[in-house]
Parts: sequence; C-alpha cells; structure tokens
Amino acid sequence: MADHSNHAHGHNEAHAHGSVKSYVIGFVLSIILTIIPLVVVLNHMLSEIPTILVIMITAVLQFAVQLFFFMHVRERQGNQPRWNVMALIFGLAIVLVVVSGSVWIMAYNGVGY
Amino acid sequence: MAQAVSQNDHGHHDHGHHDPQELKMLGFWIFLITDVVLFGTLFATYVVLHNNTAGGPSAHEVFEMPGVIAETFILLTSSFTSGLAVLAMNKGNVKQLIAWLIVTFILGAAFIGLEVQEFVHLVHEGFNFGTSAFSTSFFTLVGTHGLHVSMGLGWMILLIIQLSRRGINDVTRGKVNVISLYWHFLDAVWIFLLSVVYLMGVM
Amino acid sequence: MLENIKEFASEFFVTGDPLIYGADVSIALVTIAIVAGLTYFKKWKWLWRNWLTTVDHKKIGIMYILAAIIMMFRGGVDALMMRTQLAIPNFEFLHPEHYNQVFTTHGVVMILFMAMPFMFGLFNVVVPLQIGARDVAFPFLNSLSFWLFFLGAMLFNLSFVIGGSPDAGWLSYPPLSELQFNPGPGQNFYIWGIQISGIGSLATGINFLVTIIKMRAPGMTMMKMPMFTWSVFATCVIIIFAFPILTVTLALLFLDRFGGGHFFTLDGGGNPMMYINLIWMWGHPEVYIVILPAFGIFSEIVSVFSRKKLFGYTSMVFAMMIIAFVSFFTWAHHFFTMGSGADVNAFFAISTMLIAIPTGVKIFNWLFTMYRGRIRFDLPMLWTVAFIPAFIVGGMTGVLLAVAPADFQYHNSYFLIAHFHQVLIGGVVFGYFAGMYYWWPKMFGFKLNETLGRWSFWFWNIGFYVCFMPQYLLGLMGMTRRVSTFDWDTGWGPLNVVSTVGAYLMGIAFVFQAIQIAYSFKYREKDTTGDIWDAHTLEWTIPSPAPEYNFAITPVVDSRDPLWVEKQRRAAGKLPKKDAKPKYEPIHMPSNSGIPIVFSTFFFIAGFGFTFHWVWMAVLGLAGVLACMVVRSMNDDEGFYIPAEEVEKTEASLRGTL
Repeated sequence: MADHSNHAHGHNEAHAHGSVKSYVIGFVLSIILTIIPLVVVLNHMLSEIPTILVIMITAVLQFAVQLFFFMHVRERQGNQPRWNVMALIFGLAIVLVVVSGSVWIMAYNGVGY
Repeated sequence: MAQAVSQNDHGHHDHGHHDPQELKMLGFWIFLITDVVLFGTLFATYVVLHNNTAGGPSAHEVFEMPGVIAETFILLTSSFTSGLAVLAMNKGNVKQLIAWLIVTFILGAAFIGLEVQEFVHLVHEGFNFGTSAFSTSFFTLVGTHGLHVSMGLGWMILLIIQLSRRGINDVTRGKVNVISLYWHFLDAVWIFLLSVVYLMGVM
Repeated sequence: MLENIKEFASEFFVTGDPLIYGADVSIALVTIAIVAGLTYFKKWKWLWRNWLTTVDHKKIGIMYILAAIIMMFRGGVDALMMRTQLAIPNFEFLHPEHYNQVFTTHGVVMILFMAMPFMFGLFNVVVPLQIGARDVAFPFLNSLSFWLFFLGAMLFNLSFVIGGSPDAGWLSYPPLSELQFNPGPGQNFYIWGIQISGIGSLATGINFLVTIIKMRAPGMTMMKMPMFTWSVFATCVIIIFAFPILTVTLALLFLDRFGGGHFFTLDGGGNPMMYINLIWMWGHPEVYIVILPAFGIFSEIVSVFSRKKLFGYTSMVFAMMIIAFVSFFTWAHHFFTMGSGADVNAFFAISTMLIAIPTGVKIFNWLFTMYRGRIRFDLPMLWTVAFIPAFIVGGMTGVLLAVAPADFQYHNSYFLIAHFHQVLIGGVVFGYFAGMYYWWPKMFGFKLNETLGRWSFWFWNIGFYVCFMPQYLLGLMGMTRRVSTFDWDTGWGPLNVVSTVGAYLMGIAFVFQAIQIAYSFKYREKDTTGDIWDAHTLEWTIPSPAPEYNFAITPVVDSRDPLWVEKQRRAAGKLPKKDAKPKYEPIHMPSNSGIPIVFSTFFFIAGFGFTFHWVWMAVLGLAGVLACMVVRSMNDDEGFYIPAEEVEKTEASLRGTL
C-alpha cells in the first residue's frame, strides 16, 4: 500500500516505498518458497498430509512476502487507522469461511461423482 | 520524489477536499479485497467439485508440470519487475519506469501465451470445459485468473501510452501504484492456484 | 418472409395471455406519453444535462428512490395477482406456469430492484450530507452504479414482454434453472439482470465505504458518526464481502447454461446443492444488507422525535458490527433440510439464534430512547413505532425457524412466508418509508401531506397484519409456498380469503401514498428553515434542498449531535445569535459525464445478446463496455470550480429567506 503526497512525511517517501533491496529480498524469498513445495511434490518426498502442510505453509508465507515486501502493507498514512489491513483481515476471514464452510457442508452431499 | 509531490500538490489544490489519489488507493485496495472473495468462492467451488470427474480424466492424469512451473516463475518475475517500475517512478525516471512496465507486460503476455497453450493442449487430450464438474471448475478458476491478467495487460498498454504522453504526475503516479498493486495481487492469487490446483492435483 | 417474421415475433414476444396484452398496451402508451411529453416540452436536453449525466449524489439518490417506487408498484401488482389467484380454492385466474413466473419476479423485483435501490437512494441522499462532505468519494463511479442498477433492472423487466419471465423462484435453484429443465430465455434474463445491477451494488459498497472512512468532516471521529452513517458503514462492509459471491454464483450458472459446464447439473459430476450453498452465502448477508440501514433510520428518527439523545450509542454500534460479522455464519439455516448432518445444522442453528441478541439490544435501545421522551408522532415516528411490534413478532418467528429439527416442519411452508414478509415489510419497508418521510423535505424542500400519509399508514399496517397473520396458521396447517392453487377439502380457504383482503388493503395504502406524493407536490409549502424536524445532525444545518455543493463552509464537529448541541448552546446564549459573515472559497466540483449511462447501455446490450445466445450482439456490447473503459482511462477530467462569489450569492439567496 503505497502512500503519497502527505506533506507531513513527504521526505521519507523513498524509504517508505521500499528500496531495491527490499524488492530483491522479497523476490529471492518468493522463489525459494516456490521451489520448496515443487521439489517436495515432484519428488514425492513426503506422504500426503505432510505434503499438503508444506504446500499450504509455503503458499501462506509467500503471500505474506508479497504483502510485506511488494505491497507494503505495513505502511500507514499519518496516524490514521490501518483500514487496509483491517479490510484485508476481514476479507481473508470471509474467504476462510466460504471455503471451509462449503467443504464442511458439502461433505455430506456428494451426489455427483 | 518529495519535490515532485509538493509541486503537484500545489497544482492540485482542493478546498476542503481530500487527496483524490489517497481515496483511489483505498478504493482500489477494497476492490482487490472483493476480488479476493471472488477468487475465494471459485476456490471453494473447485475444492468441492474437484473429485467429480464423471469418468473423465483426473488431475494427475492431465496436468503437465513443466509448463506450469515456467508460468509460475514468469509471473513471479513480472511481479518483481512491476515493483521495480514503481521504484523507477519514485526516482522520477519516466524512461526507466516505462521500460520496466514494458518488461512486465512482456512477461505477463508470455504467461498468458503459455496458459493458452496449456489449455489448447488439455482440450486436445480430451479434457475440455464440459467434460466433468472437475474440468468445468478447473477451467473457470484458472481462466478467471488468466482473464484478470489479460485485463491487466490491456490496462498496462493504456498506462504506457499515458506515461509517454504526460510523464509522471499525480494522476499517472496513482495509476502506476494501483496497477503494481493489482499485479502483485494476481501473483499472490497464482501462488494459491499453483498450490491448490496443480501441486495438490499431481501429488 | 412475412411468415418468418411472424414466427419469430410469436417466439420473441410473450403472447397468448390477455393480461399480458393489456400490460403491453399500457406500457406502450406510457412510453409514448413520456417520449411525447419530453419532446413537446423540449425537455430532452434538460433531462440529459440535469439527470442522465449527473454525478451529484443528491440527484442520483432521487433517481434511485423513484426507480424503487416504480419497482414497488410492479412487485406489488405481482403480489396482488398471486393473492387473487389464492383467494378461492381451485381458482383459475393464473395458469400454474404463469403463477411460477409471477412469484419469481415478485421476489426478485422486491428484494433486488425495490429494497436495494431504495436503500442506495437513501445512502446517496443522506450520507454525504450527514458527514459534512461535498460528495461521495467517487462521484463518477456513483453514477455508474446507478445506471448499472437501472439498466440491469430494465433488462430483467424486459422479460415480461420479450422472451418470457424467469420461473424458477427468486433464487433460481438448479437443476430447475438449468438448461435441461428451463431452456427459455427467461432464466438468462434473470442471470444478466441481476448480474449487471449486482456489479453496480458492489461499486456502491466500495464507494460509500471509502466515503465514510475518508471524507468525514473534521472532528467527526468514527464514534461521533450519526447512527445512520454507522449503519451504512456496516451495510457496505457486508456488501463488499457478499456481492462477489453472488457475482460468481450467477456466473457459474451462466457457464452451465451457456457454455455446457457441469457445476450444478445432474450429470457430469455437477452438484446442484453447491449452488444452494453458494447463493445463500450471499443471500443471507443480503437480508442484513437491507435491514441494517433501516435500523440506522429508526435510530435517527427515534432520537429526534423523542427529543433525546440516542440511548446506548456505543452498544448500538457494537450490535451493528456484530450483526454484520455474524451474518456471514448463518447461511445454512436456509437449507437445514438438505441433510448436511446434525453438526452442521447445530452450528448454523446456534449462530442464527445468536444474531437475535444484538438485534434485541437495539430494540431495547430504541425503547429506552423513547422512555420519558417528549414524543412527537409525525409520519416518520409513526412508521418507527409501527416497526417495533412488527419486527419483534417477525424476529421471534425467525428464532422458531432457526430451531433446526423444528424447521423440518416449517420449511417452505407459509409459516416461513409469513416470517420473512413480516421482517422485510415490517422492518425494511417500514424503515425505508420512515426514512423517505424523514428526509423528503431535505430532498425536495417540502413535507409530504400528513393526513394522506396517515390514511396510507393505517391501511398499510392493518393490511399487513390481516395479510400475514393468517399465513402463519396456514403454514402450520400444511400449506406450502409456491402452490398455485389448492382444493376445497384442505380447509385453507377461509384464511386465504382473509389474507387476500389484507393484501388489497396494502394495495390501497400504496395508492394513498401515490396520491400523497402528487398532492403534496401540487400544494407544497416551501420549507425555509432547512431544519424542519428540529433535528440533530449535519444534514439539517444547510438549506433544503441542499445546494449542489452541499456545504459552503466545511463544518467542524465536536459531538455526536452537532446541530442539536449548537442549538442548545445558542439557546443558552453561549453562541452569538448570528454567526460572523463566513469567508467563502471556490469549491471544486466533479464534471457531469455521459460515460456511465453509455457504459451501462452497452452492458445491457451484452446481457441481451447473451440472453438470446446472439453472440455477435454480446460481443458488440462487451466491446462497447471496454471502449468506455478506455475512454474513461485516457480522459483526465479534473472537474471545475464554483467561484467564491457564486457560492456567496447562492448562499445568500437560499438563506436570505431565513
């Protein structure tokens, strides 16, 4: 979440927007976090449940990397509340409800196959 | 950057108004969250229906990982280059900004090209949209992401034209910030597509 | 050739029913009258400049409310047709197929094209004024939202004369709504009409959320916001999370029908239950979307007309936000009978009952606000007072329905019908009427006639109970929803006659309201105070109707009821009788734009093309949509400034009459 044109801290902009360094760190981290599950899955290194865990954990971590290193979710404008973070957390909670709720409810209703 | 900002602010003096770019950024962020819910619903549908193959091919029979892996790294890199575009903009360097946007565009186009190729291949294998609930939900989920990327590409062209005409000002700066946010977001969605659809499909 | 055209026309237009021919003729006559009138009075340019291209939230609000009232008429006629058909056992007024269409369109029109636009109309009229803002955050997007809603609604209503109406119920459950069982275009009209207006609703949600977060007057912290604005905030939070689910669900149904997909089909591994699961993830939050603003309206009115501050402001806010959150955890109570197992049903039964707690808190807050207040029973207050018992009964029957094992008995019976009409009419409609009467002077500068309003009020209220109380009993006697007729020996006859009488009483009430509006307009007395109700909040500090820029000077707020506090201070002599002459500054305004209506028209064309599987037309429409987006993106309209002198002149002429 880039911020801009706030007179109060206009001078810190370049820093607040993240630097080449933070983008490079983010890029390297996301590549590593992509390679880990790929290696685990393609070489069948683990059994089913641990594989799923590895896949989901690396995915969530990589999402966090995108948020913090690329989307600058930590930045805020002045001392205003972090509306963007609140909205994001609520949104992710809803997604979790939608997905897990559907799976839970539909588990009893497999009519197709 | 700081200089450019203050200059533009004077040119754009609003009485009792709020910074329009700040409003747009928050509005776009909320739009992205509605998009998160949109993808969440598609994921829910895919997860519920992905075993319903109706006698058609299942995930590990049709998915070919090499293409998918290439797509993943291309999109990851493009997310990085769109970030570099923002950095170039913050330095006030229009040429560099446009160059990075073009690189991002080319990577995005390559991603779409590979995805289309993958889809064509799948259809040739006898795995098309109407084969089964699994295929329908697969094509819809991945296709919706592809549609988003394609929209982003068209938008990027418009933005490159505007930047080359008008340079960096308050309005175009807002637009670059917004599109880079959008692009990072699409990368994040792809990570979950890769994990839930492809990796869990072939494991 | 002629034969071909004839054959096409008989398929394309809805034919064969004298009722529909009658409606066709009246629609054609009204359209001709409007077009001729506009041409005769040379009003086309005026219409385009002042209304069709406007980005002024106040005008957009008025257009929303006008559309909502027209849609209420359409939905109401549907309702009366159904009640007529059910008045007598074995009555042959509507064919069963026609009956199916009527109950489908009644539901869709009332919820999506009446309640939603009425609500958005009140948002638009009130919220920016109440928070001391010059406009909403994105005026262009606001106009786009309206036109998407309006043309979506028109597309849906077109099915009445072209192609045939949808007939699979207001939520269109598959497999009935799938191509296999419903090949006609009616179902496509349903999908595209709702889809197009739904995108508009989503945009409105984003727009007002940003407006409330970012554009409040200086000093107005979140906990100093008026309660209606809080309710809009909570509603918008629900909208932005619920409407994407609707968009996806309708898109999936469309892909099934248009692209041969297998999401919800009976073959190919599809699962119709998944549709029901998804649509209610939107559908349940949707009912809270429409009720929360009504709660906000009641909160404003109760405190103003009791001449007291709102009791329990903080608990009100928390109750509202808790309702918004929990509303996403109750959807499965709409299909307890689907057989998802005891644990699923138990979870959703309990979460549903939990929602009754914050709602009860709100009811007590309103009662305590009235307690020892000096209550004035003007029309807004009258509707508020009528709401409380209606909603308590409706809410309590809702808790009965939430008991999962018992629901196997009530499910899809008239008990359910009575319940949700009681909360939707007693809660939502009463609330929006209260809001309409309350803010009407702010919109138009005059009050609606009190006497005619009271006639309408009593007809509405008596009709409402006469209509729906018997339906609880009918439900318990075993009458199920959506039956088009029943036999003499069921014993349902007498109560159904009573219910029909009630429906007609409400119809008469609506006529009274129409007369009331026309009469009040003709014999209007201009309100010169701008604060006709002796109210508490910022929207009443400016003249009625509000000038185009709303506030000449951005207000500064230091309390929850800024106007009331100011009036008290003035009365106590703590403020000078007249303020010093303010220093006006130029005001920045957004420019009008024709893009929203053109954009929405292209969307309408695309929807129409998809409805009839005319791909060329769909492609044309979508290309137009994209072209509009490009034009908008390339065009940086910075708006314009109203010079300070003009602001001063306008203010002087508006306030000079004070």
